[in-house]
Amino acid sequence: MLTLDTLKTNQSVTIKALTQNGLTSKLMDMGMYPGKSVQIVFRAPFGGPIAVDLDGYTLSLRIDEASLVEVE
Amino acid sequence: MKIALVGNPNSGKTSVFNQLTGLNQKIGNFPGVTVDKKSGTLKRAQTPHEIIDLPGIYSLYPKTQDEQVVYDILGNLQHADYPDRIVVVVDASNLERNLLLFTQVLDMGVPVTMALNMTDIADKKGLVIDTEKLSELLGGVKIVPIVARTGTGINELVDEIISHKPNQASQPFLGGEFDKGQFLISDNIEQKTRVEKRYRKITQILKFVVKQKPVRKSIINRHRAVDRVLTHPVFGYLIFLGILLMIFQAIYAWAEWPMDLIDTLFLSMSKWVKNTLPAGLLTNLIAEGIVPGLGGVVIFIPQITLLFGFIFILEETGYMSRVVFILDRFMRPFGLNGRSVVPLISGVACAIPAIMATRTIDNWKERLITIMVTPLMSCSARLPVYTLLIALVVPDTFIGPFNLKGLVLLGLYLIGLVAALLIALIFKFFIKTKEKSFLVMELPLYKMPRWNNLVITLWEKVRLFVFDAGKVIFSISIILWVLASFGPGDRMEQAVAAIPEPTAEVSQEAQEEFEQKVASVSLANSYIGILGHAIEPAIRPLGYNWQIGIALITSFAAREVFVGSMATIYSVGENFDTERTLLERMRSEKNSLTGQPVYTLASGLSLMIFYAFAMQCMSTLAIVLRETKNWKYPLIQLVYMTGLAYVAALITYQLLK
Repeated sequence: MLTLDTLKTNQSVTIKALTQNGLTSKLMDMGMYPGKSVQIVFRAPFGGPIAVDLDGYTLSLRIDEASLVEVE
Repeated sequence: MKIALVGNPNSGKTSVFNQLTGLNQKIGNFPGVTVDKKSGTLKRAQTPHEIIDLPGIYSLYPKTQDEQVVYDILGNLQHADYPDRIVVVVDASNLERNLLLFTQVLDMGVPVTMALNMTDIADKKGLVIDTEKLSELLGGVKIVPIVARTGTGINELVDEIISHKPNQASQPFLGGEFDKGQFLISDNIEQKTRVEKRYRKITQILKFVVKQKPVRKSIINRHRAVDRVLTHPVFGYLIFLGILLMIFQAIYAWAEWPMDLIDTLFLSMSKWVKNTLPAGLLTNLIAEGIVPGLGGVVIFIPQITLLFGFIFILEETGYMSRVVFILDRFMRPFGLNGRSVVPLISGVACAIPAIMATRTIDNWKERLITIMVTPLMSCSARLPVYTLLIALVVPDTFIGPFNLKGLVLLGLYLIGLVAALLIALIFKFFIKTKEKSFLVMELPLYKMPRWNNLVITLWEKVRLFVFDAGKVIFSISIILWVLASFGPGDRMEQAVAAIPEPTAEVSQEAQEEFEQKVASVSLANSYIGILGHAIEPAIRPLGYNWQIGIALITSFAAREVFVGSMATIYSVGENFDTERTLLERMRSEKNSLTGQPVYTLASGLSLMIFYAFAMQCMSTLAIVLRETKNWKYPLIQLVYMTGLAYVAALITYQLLK
């Protein structure tokens, strides 16, 4: 299973599913839903959050939050 | 007529609110929560139209306190703030995500208008939006394109609001999910399915509505290039450090003279009252209680204005979210998040604006922890106390190239930071919450700040402090004045009468010396003086005497009062070089039992440690009460900080003596 946190910067993927968790609906509210294409655009240093592109807007999330996002 | 303003954070909702209401804004409460309610009256309207600025949210299903507020209002027809109509501010440059909230609100059945904001940025992104088509596909809702930052389209929006048209969609966007005042789906999984369905439908609609026009150089790529610098592992932190240095330089450079001015002004007002009004209790109350009490509130305005001015610029430009982005990693282990950094650092200037700045932390637990530990950061009011005590007890030697005095001062600042982080760690285990900590956060495009928004924000912060926290601060200063000016029975009068009065022909100096002695003896025999004597057994293990006890109690008003109280107790006039004479007096002070000097390295350091940790600032407690709206939290803060101060000072003294 490939998750968003393991991707390389600028690798473009499509969201396949979200792991059910207290945060899932937050991620969906922010525009991350299955079928949406997404890519990491830059990252915070020292294992901090990552910034992803969602249709021209930038969303940041922590690594463990990104690991809830299954991609393909 | 009640109009609610709803929208995503960063959709420009606040700018729309400011454009619609101008300075006619007031701050109130939403019942039962700590979220402030901002409302105002619509400009240009003949009949009163109340505009309520609901907190920025992404969805009607609540995950944060802010979202809960909106949920509670829209889900209850009987709610005092249930709106007659809703204006949803929608970011045109980011339609898909913004339409999720819009279509949810649309299905609530309240007349709704879409204020399609940031059409200029959408244009720069090359997005061509067919608003007529969008309106048609959403069931005929009214859409007003605006640019809130410049005011474009605001007149049309106002016309639309006051026309009272029953704007409603011909059919719900997605049936069976919402109804007037009702949320029909409570199952969490089902809610998510619904959100997903909405997105699918929105994507379909947008295919017909938005055309991507080719743009020569993408605005997004330019902004991301800036992002890569500002979040760089080296430059990112260096730039942040540089900006911080600049801010603190500016605060120290620009806050000092208005603060001195306020100080002088209130001092001369006190003198004027004393000299003009007939001598008596009422005059004393005004001159020594009320006027300084008011001054004690007003004195904070320069720092609040400056700090919030800078925080406003950091927020409005979009830089703040990048700071949060690069610092979150370091704050998480302590139960804090990236948003706690700015309040904590601002605490070095003054805890009051710092605590007011915690509002940007949307997780209640993380916000509360930040509020609880911020006063441990050494604020500027501790500096005069540190300076006096360091000059008194720390020898002027060098350790390598460093002056020991400077090292001690640095150590005091560091110990405050370390304590703040460690205590945060402890609170992390004690404060329970259902909310999950997350950092799923939008990084908005960089923008120039709007200066009229700055004026409104600063006015709001100052007003909130002066009128809300000010009441508590003022009341406590009056109580402190009473305790310092009166004693039981005629104890004070007798003590004063025992001082030989100077004869008529003596010099001005002798007259002043007499007055200082009277002030000193009065304070020693007042309720506070008696209290200072009473706590002596408790503070003796820390190396303090009753004189210090008095100063500890009086500095509850504000820490820097310590120096003034010491001057009064040791009856040092203000006309002389106060600091030097005070130092000499304190240096020669001997313990009445042992004959040893009172102020040694051990007792001095113990006192500095005490001031580093103790909660001796009623203004901070007042603002904590205002921000948490619960007496419990300032009380816990008072107890834990004073306890920590006592134990730490005890250890310091016992180890060093």
